[in-house]
Formats: sequence, C-alpha cells, structure tokens
Amino acid sequence: MPPLELLLQQALNGLMLGVMYALIAVGFTLFFGVLDVIHFSHGDIYMLGAFAGLSVLAGLAAAGVGTPVLALPLAFAASIVITGLIGVAAERVCVKPLARSSPLMTLLATLSLGLVIREAVLIFYPRGADPKPFPWLLPQGDFDVGGVVVRYENLAILAIGLAAMIAVDRIINRTRMGAAIRAVAQDPEAAQMMGVNLDRTVDATFFLGSGLAAVAGILSGLYYSEIHFIMGITGGVIGFSAAAIGGLGNVYGAILGGLLFGLVQTMAAALIPRGSEFRDVVAFAVVLLFLVVRPSGILGAKSVERV
Amino acid sequence: MKATRVHVSRRQLLAGGATLALGLHPLRGWAQKPTVKLAFIGPLTGGTASNGLGGRNSFQLALRERNADPKAKYRYEAEILDDECKPTVAVQAALKASSDPAIIAGVTHYCSVTAIATVDTYHKAGMPAMVWGAVLPEITYSHQHVEITRVNGTMINQNNVAADFAVKTLGFKTFALIHDTTDYGRAHAKWFSEFVEKAGGKILSTQGTAKDQKDYAAELTRAKADKPEVLWYGGLTPDGVRVRVQMEKLGVRAQFQGTSGIKSDTFNETAGPSAEGTLAFVEGAPTEKLPGGKQFLAAYAKAGFQEPSEAYGPFAYVAANLVMDAIEAVGPDRAKVAARLKRTKQQDTIIGPVEFDEHGQNTVPLISKYVSQDGKWVLWEDSEYASGKRTLPGLKYKKM
Repeated sequence: MPPLELLLQQALNGLMLGVMYALIAVGFTLFFGVLDVIHFSHGDIYMLGAFAGLSVLAGLAAAGVGTPVLALPLAFAASIVITGLIGVAAERVCVKPLARSSPLMTLLATLSLGLVIREAVLIFYPRGADPKPFPWLLPQGDFDVGGVVVRYENLAILAIGLAAMIAVDRIINRTRMGAAIRAVAQDPEAAQMMGVNLDRTVDATFFLGSGLAAVAGILSGLYYSEIHFIMGITGGVIGFSAAAIGGLGNVYGAILGGLLFGLVQTMAAALIPRGSEFRDVVAFAVVLLFLVVRPSGILGAKSVERV
Repeated sequence: MKATRVHVSRRQLLAGGATLALGLHPLRGWAQKPTVKLAFIGPLTGGTASNGLGGRNSFQLALRERNADPKAKYRYEAEILDDECKPTVAVQAALKASSDPAIIAGVTHYCSVTAIATVDTYHKAGMPAMVWGAVLPEITYSHQHVEITRVNGTMINQNNVAADFAVKTLGFKTFALIHDTTDYGRAHAKWFSEFVEKAGGKILSTQGTAKDQKDYAAELTRAKADKPEVLWYGGLTPDGVRVRVQMEKLGVRAQFQGTSGIKSDTFNETAGPSAEGTLAFVEGAPTEKLPGGKQFLAAYAKAGFQEPSEAYGPFAYVAANLVMDAIEAVGPDRAKVAARLKRTKQQDTIIGPVEFDEHGQNTVPLISKYVSQDGKWVLWEDSEYASGKRTLPGLKYKKM
C-alpha cells in the first residue's frame, strides 16, 4: 500500500480527470432525459469544442489579445456558442427527422455524424492528423499540502468546471427554460398542452449540453496542453458510461458518475500491480458491475414500463 | 458450308494474345515502356500520419526520378494505401496490393504492429515486401519467408546503443519505464531493460499504457515516487508528447528519453519548450549526414511536397530504389524479384551500404543519438549538450 500522501496525490489526479468526464456526461444525460436519445456524436462535439477554443485563441493571439484574463473568457464564450449551435444543428439533422423511427436509427445517425465531424477535423484543420499544442494560459506553479503537490492550474480547472456545473444547475432549476426542459423530460405531451414550445426546448437542451462539452474540451486542452482529433472517441465512450453509472437522465448522477470513473481509472493504475495496462478494463468492469447491480444507475429513477 | 470448330485452349489463346500484343507493341510508339506497379503502404491518417506521409512522398520521389531516367526499362506506377497504423486495416491493404497481379512488389509499413500483422499475407501471395520503418525484430526474425526484407535496423541495435549511452556515457543509474502496450512498445521495453541491466543500470518500475492514452498522471505519479534519474518512454509521438508535457506539469524531475518513435518534428512542435533536452535514438543517420542525404533533401525540396520527409523518408526512398533495381535486373516477376532482393549485398545507397542477412534484415546497423535543442532534433555529437555548453535536464537534477 503506497503512503497516504501518494494516495491523496492520485486521488487529486483522478478528480481532475473526473471533472472533464462529468462535463461530457451531463450532455449525454440531458439529451437522454429530454428526448430519450443517446447522442453518440457527443464525444466528437467535445473534441470540436476543444478545436474551436484553440482556433479562437489563435485568432485572438494574432489580433494581439494574448493575456489569459481576456483571452480565456472570450475563447470559452465563443467556443460555447459555436459548439452549442453545432450541437443544435446535429439534433436537427440526426435526431429530429428520425423521431418516429426506431431508436437504433438515431444511434446509427449520430454515430455516423461523429465520424463525419472527426474526419472533417482531420482533413480540413491545418495538419489535422497531428496532436496540436494548446497554449499554457493558466497560472503555473504549485504549493505543497502535507506532501501533496497542488498546482494552481488544477485549482483553476476545478473552479471553472465547478462553475460550469453550478451554472447548469441554476439554468435547469431556476429559469423558465429550465422548467420547460424538466417538464419535457417528465412528459412531453403534457408539457406541450401547458404551452411549452417543444422545438425550442429541445434546441435549448442541445445547446446547453454541447456548450458544456466545449467547456470540457477547452479544460482538457488547458490541462494536457495538447489536443488531438481522436480525443472524442474515448471521451464519448467514457462520458456516456459515466452518465449510465450515474443514471441516465439525472444531471447530478452524471456528475457523480464522471468523478467516479476518473477516480476508478486513476486508482486502478495507481494501486494494482501492472494496473496501468488495464486501467480501462477495471473502469469498464465497474460500469458492468453497476449495470448488473443497479441497472437504472446510482441516482437513476426506477423506470416502470406499464403494459 | 460446314462450320469447322476450332478448339483453342486457354494457354494457346494467351500465347497468341501475348504474341499479338508484343507484335503490335512497336506500333504504339516505341518510346512506350511497359508499366510496372509498386505498392506503398504506411499510416497516412491517424497519430503517426506525419511519418507515413513523409515516407509516401519519398517513395514517390524515387519513382519520379526513375521514370525520368531514359535508361530505365520500365515505367513505374504507384499504388498508395493507408494502413492507419492499425493491424486490421493493414491486412486489408496488404491483401488489396498482393491480390493485384500488376503490383510486383511493395514498400511497406512504418508501424511495427502493422508490419508484423501482414508478414504472412505477403508470403502467401508471394509478393516481395520491403519494410521501410518498423523496427520490431520479429518482422524479419520470426520466419524464413523469402518475400520479407527490411532496410532499416531493428530495435535490438537501437536499444543497445540507447542503454549504453545513458548508463556508460551519461552516468544515469536508475530508470522508470513507461511503454505503450503494442508490440512496438513492449518489445522496446524488453530490450531496453535487458541492455540497461547489462550496462549496470537499474530499472525501478515498468508500466504499460494503452496507445493513444490521454492521461498519464497516475503512471507518472507512481514513477515519480521512486525518484528515478531517467524517465524512459517506449512508444510513438502523440503519447510521447503527452508523457513529456505531463512530466513537466507534475514536476517529475528526471531526464526524459524516448525511442525512435518520438523522433519526429511533430514531437518538438507539440511539446514546445518541454521538448528541450529530450533524448531519442534512431537507426541510420540524419538525412543530411547520409552519404547521399544532401542530394536527397535537395531533390525532396525541389519536388515541392507539402509535408517534411521525417526520419524514415530516406528509408522508404531506398526501399523503392532497391525494389526497382531488382525489377530492372530480373524483370517484373514477383518470385525472381523476391529472390534477388533477399541476396542484396553491399548495395550502395543514400543510407550507406545495404546488406541483407539470411532473414532479409539489413545488417549495417547505423544508430544515431539525438537530443532536442531549441525545437529541433540535433545529432548528439553536434549538440551544445555534448560540447558542454548546455547541461541535460537529467544531469542538472542529479546535481541538486
């Protein structure tokens, strides 16, 4: 058993990873809650968010706006808007026309869209095949708490991630649009009878989920100082798994699932001999275990089919 | 009038057709040379695409030069296939190339996982395939196939030099190893460990990680706890960049050393300032230092390719030329070309003399040591680190 400070250090590593997973997972859970669809191109939307952020930052740097205090908020805002709109467009192309067909068709359509997005970045982004350096914009340096090294950058990322999660919570629980989203998630027909505009609510949901994925994408770029066009593949699979562990349709469940997945992955690599080789095996085995023991997820509601 | 049935066997028909074709041949303008197709297979998309594209361009350069040579008996046509650095895709590409009878030979594979996966495919089809970049020893040493040859050295020579240099020349004693879990990474870790122990160094930990893993915080935190003097990574550029950058962020104060897989311009571009002082080892010598390297680089620049030739471009160029020399000598016949290539002895090329052993492995192992200096890979001997003007990060940490 490694010493305590090493364990805490690894837990911090897992927490960092978990925050990014959680932000992707919330998107999955929102789409499922409102429309009962699994939007499989969401992982590539997350990748797109990272590339949108990088492009905006490059543009700002070219325009002479290099200070992080100004550049970062602008990059986040622009990337959220761009990615959010692409998310809305994706829903209108791949989800809405297939509303009356089998869920399998939606799955296939979103899977294909993900591939299109990925290949488009590969082909059209300058030298898209290579990993791209992401500027170091967060404060560097660290301090020591009882043998655990905490980096300022980690704190900034955790703060941004937490702020994004609080913002989502506020939007869903304190705004009219949020009430509409919750109403549609509960019962679309009844919500429409009460005057909720279904199309607009669905658009808002996809904008919100995709915008969050953009935040996750930029945070990933800042944390790793590098982004790559294939990052959405694992990001998507893990984000979806995290949402499933937490209970599809439950925002807090998705956050919990993301954090849990990050911790399990890191601890597997940290504690098991040769664990780094099968960190993903361990993490996905935990997903399987959850699906067997709690099919509706940690915070998922038990769904009862009435026949 | 009674019709007579003339029975013509397929063989007679073919022979007749061939005679007719040969007879007509001069009528089609006697400058026309018969066309021979050659396949190039490498990773044109994905994480290692920059090396694949550099290889492809170098291969095309060799064909262009040969086609412009009035003394050449044949006109060479390229069939370019992408293996995506994935074994399944590579086998499909190998099947596609080897089942086309017009393709006489191939210049094949940069990634070890793809080269080892396709060995039997070429053997069954009887198509000569010359490997231009993959370094896994088993690609040539695990069989007796006449079709498989390789112009670049193997990781056995590479790791021998790398371990001796780190332990005996630089004086590092303790190593933490991280490697990708592909055949490439595993074999590198195995050979490097053996040679380090032989040289008197100590391996503190070895961790395998998935290829294209994003997060190395857990592995690096674990390695850091043992306070190694060197953190060694066995794998390819995209992961090498991540390991190096995350080392910096997590404050792992050790010398970073990698295998030939990280020695690409992309590594320096993506890792930025973190790349400074990284060590890497490559079979062969830097392109400009090769006997015909300057000429090659000038021709490459003149051809106006979009991408750099990268470390293994010259090897793809040499492989293409060796294959074409064999075809010029024995004609476009797969079996004869394969037999001839296998017997290559003291062939003078831009990478120096090439000589194959009974396994088709080039036995002139030229290994170069590189250090990343100011965003460029510099030959160790030419670097400011060797002259003492700068100190390697790992040696600085040792003194602390």
